[in-house]
Amino acid sequence: MADGYARASGNVGVALATSGPGATNMVTGMATAMMDSSPIVCITGQVGSKLIGSDAFQETDITGITLPITKHNYLVTRPEDVARSIREAFLVAASGRPGPVLVDITKDAQNNSCSFDWDAAAPRLRRPICEPSITSSSLGEAFDLIHEARRPVILAGHGVILSGAECELLAFAEAVDTPVALTLLGIGAFPASHPLCLGMMGMHGEAWVNKAIQESDLLLAFGMRFDDRVTGTLKTYAQNAKKIHVDIDPAEINKNVPVDVPIVGDLREVLRQLLPQLKRTVHAEWLARIEDSKQDSAVRDIQSLPDDGHLYAAHVIDELWRETHGDAIVVTDVGQHQMWEAQYYRHERPRTLITSGGLGTMGFALPAAIGAKFARREAEVWVVVGDGGFQMTMAELATIVQEKIDIKIAIINNGFLGMVRQWQEFFYEGRYSSTPLLSPDFVKLADAFGIAGVAVNKRAQIRPALQTARSHAGPVLIDFQVEQEDSVFPMVPAGAALDAMIRRPNPLVERATDA
Amino acid sequence: MPETQKLHTFVLYVENHPGVLNRVASLFRRRAYNIESLTVGHTERPGISRMTIVAGISEGAAKRVEANLYKLVPVLSVEDVTHSATTSRSLALIKVEAQEESRHRLMEVVRVFRARVVDLAAQSLVIEITGTEEKIQALVEVLRPYGILEMARTGQVVMSRGARRKPDDPSAVLDELSFEAEASQSV
Repeated sequence: MADGYARASGNVGVALATSGPGATNMVTGMATAMMDSSPIVCITGQVGSKLIGSDAFQETDITGITLPITKHNYLVTRPEDVARSIREAFLVAASGRPGPVLVDITKDAQNNSCSFDWDAAAPRLRRPICEPSITSSSLGEAFDLIHEARRPVILAGHGVILSGAECELLAFAEAVDTPVALTLLGIGAFPASHPLCLGMMGMHGEAWVNKAIQESDLLLAFGMRFDDRVTGTLKTYAQNAKKIHVDIDPAEINKNVPVDVPIVGDLREVLRQLLPQLKRTVHAEWLARIEDSKQDSAVRDIQSLPDDGHLYAAHVIDELWRETHGDAIVVTDVGQHQMWEAQYYRHERPRTLITSGGLGTMGFALPAAIGAKFARREAEVWVVVGDGGFQMTMAELATIVQEKIDIKIAIINNGFLGMVRQWQEFFYEGRYSSTPLLSPDFVKLADAFGIAGVAVNKRAQIRPALQTARSHAGPVLIDFQVEQEDSVFPMVPAGAALDAMIRRPNPLVERATDA
Repeated sequence: MPETQKLHTFVLYVENHPGVLNRVASLFRRRAYNIESLTVGHTERPGISRMTIVAGISEGAAKRVEANLYKLVPVLSVEDVTHSATTSRSLALIKVEAQEESRHRLMEVVRVFRARVVDLAAQSLVIEITGTEEKIQALVEVLRPYGILEMARTGQVVMSRGARRKPDDPSAVLDELSFEAEASQSV
């Protein structure tokens, strides 16, 4: 929830838990925030300072446990240190590359009193959290590469959104006429409807996006970290491309992909320094070539496909996009539905897709959506979640009712842990193991919580169901019972080259014009 | 990345709090780098400790280790001194079997290596040696045939040669920071 709040608002989210099991239950949430650079402060209770180390009731070494999955953590044993630790925690969480900070406060530090002095509680960090190194020589080298490039591609990641650089990115891309490919967490950083927007790259990115990256002669990596899901095998990754990497975290430079020009700094600041000196460029030939390669892959005008009686998740997402005019905050879980959402919901603005990328935390969507709704009360918030992930955190339905949270839930129910099933089908001769899933009747479940619910299993029912849900004041759950063994295409098999994709075998979904 | 690994030496200034050593060591563990030696001790400044860490890693990884170390909040400065002019010392205590007949030859070895005998017993003696890792290793090899009963080594401490600090030395940041000698810290 705190993470969802942070991602929707850009502010630091806060989560509170008790000691022991309460603290350990927050571990997955902190690891999720760490991987996706989401600023949250987690506050946990701890046993009295004199009991620490004695295996006391509900004692756990949570600062030890969370060492590798927090930016920093504090064990506070005196009331005098509470205020300063909390202030420092917010500072550390939000500065530089954001991330989670834990403050573990012992019972005696909570219960005892002290005189409070705001000034004395000022943060006492002895050096800046992050020291950028934007040098004129690195900017100069970047200019040379940018102006020499004939087939450039911008790779826009979460960093664009975290630094609030979407306007600068837009201005940059337009000035040098360079197409923009997005990472999963970068979706929303660049308007999907913009002619220069290529779409999502990587394992389930469209073929033309990955092809463009492989053929490019200059990659401008802005606030992204060359994750294995976006590069495919590194041996053949964009071999002819020079690389400029702008990241606020120096530890990301040359980690996975060796780069020619590294610039460590806040992306917005770097782009602001680059913009005034950019020479306007036109890359008509390159853009036409990318446009050409789209022809042979997908048109994806799936609206005009004939109804073959099956319900496909892609149709659900497409209708959701149309009905909400691409304006909703969509919070997705992890798996097939997450990829379909990324492919078919066209996000125009930052912070409108909230999803767990790096850690791939199933069960993320429902609680994160609650946080997002708290952050953006006026916004329409949709949860898009699989039947597997939904069951991991569905207890939060009670929270929704208790706190009167108006969010809409679309369960993409295919009776499988779909993404794993897909891998078992493709790479393990269809030996399905532990992936078929028994679900409760989700509509009855919603009803038990006093939440309106409806099941949909025909394409014609999608739109009316969405319309009813949108006009209903209060939460609604829609159980979309979709085709069970549908797969996400295209797909780069793990460890394969980025352009060695498994394409959509089903012409119904691949080529609308041929249908 | 199939880069060749070599020994890199990092000098760190860190805040002297409980748990800081754990944070630093844990970073090497989770990035799967093996620490060869690690020493920690007080510095001339109250509240600030100095660590010398030697680890076998590739050149590219060394840069990232440096960057990752610097991301730890209690780490005040990091320097990879592998390619700088430095003086490096470590100390070893070596307990060797020493019978009547071999004692004389052992004393001769001690003299040649400029080591010292710090304990003498009926059947053994304890030798103390200070020097570079290579020198200590050479002594160990010479002593081995006599029968080494026990050995304790400190690991390296390293200091750059010449003027106290270079202007671009990252530890120069310490001069700009005000340090309160504070005993109680909850972190």
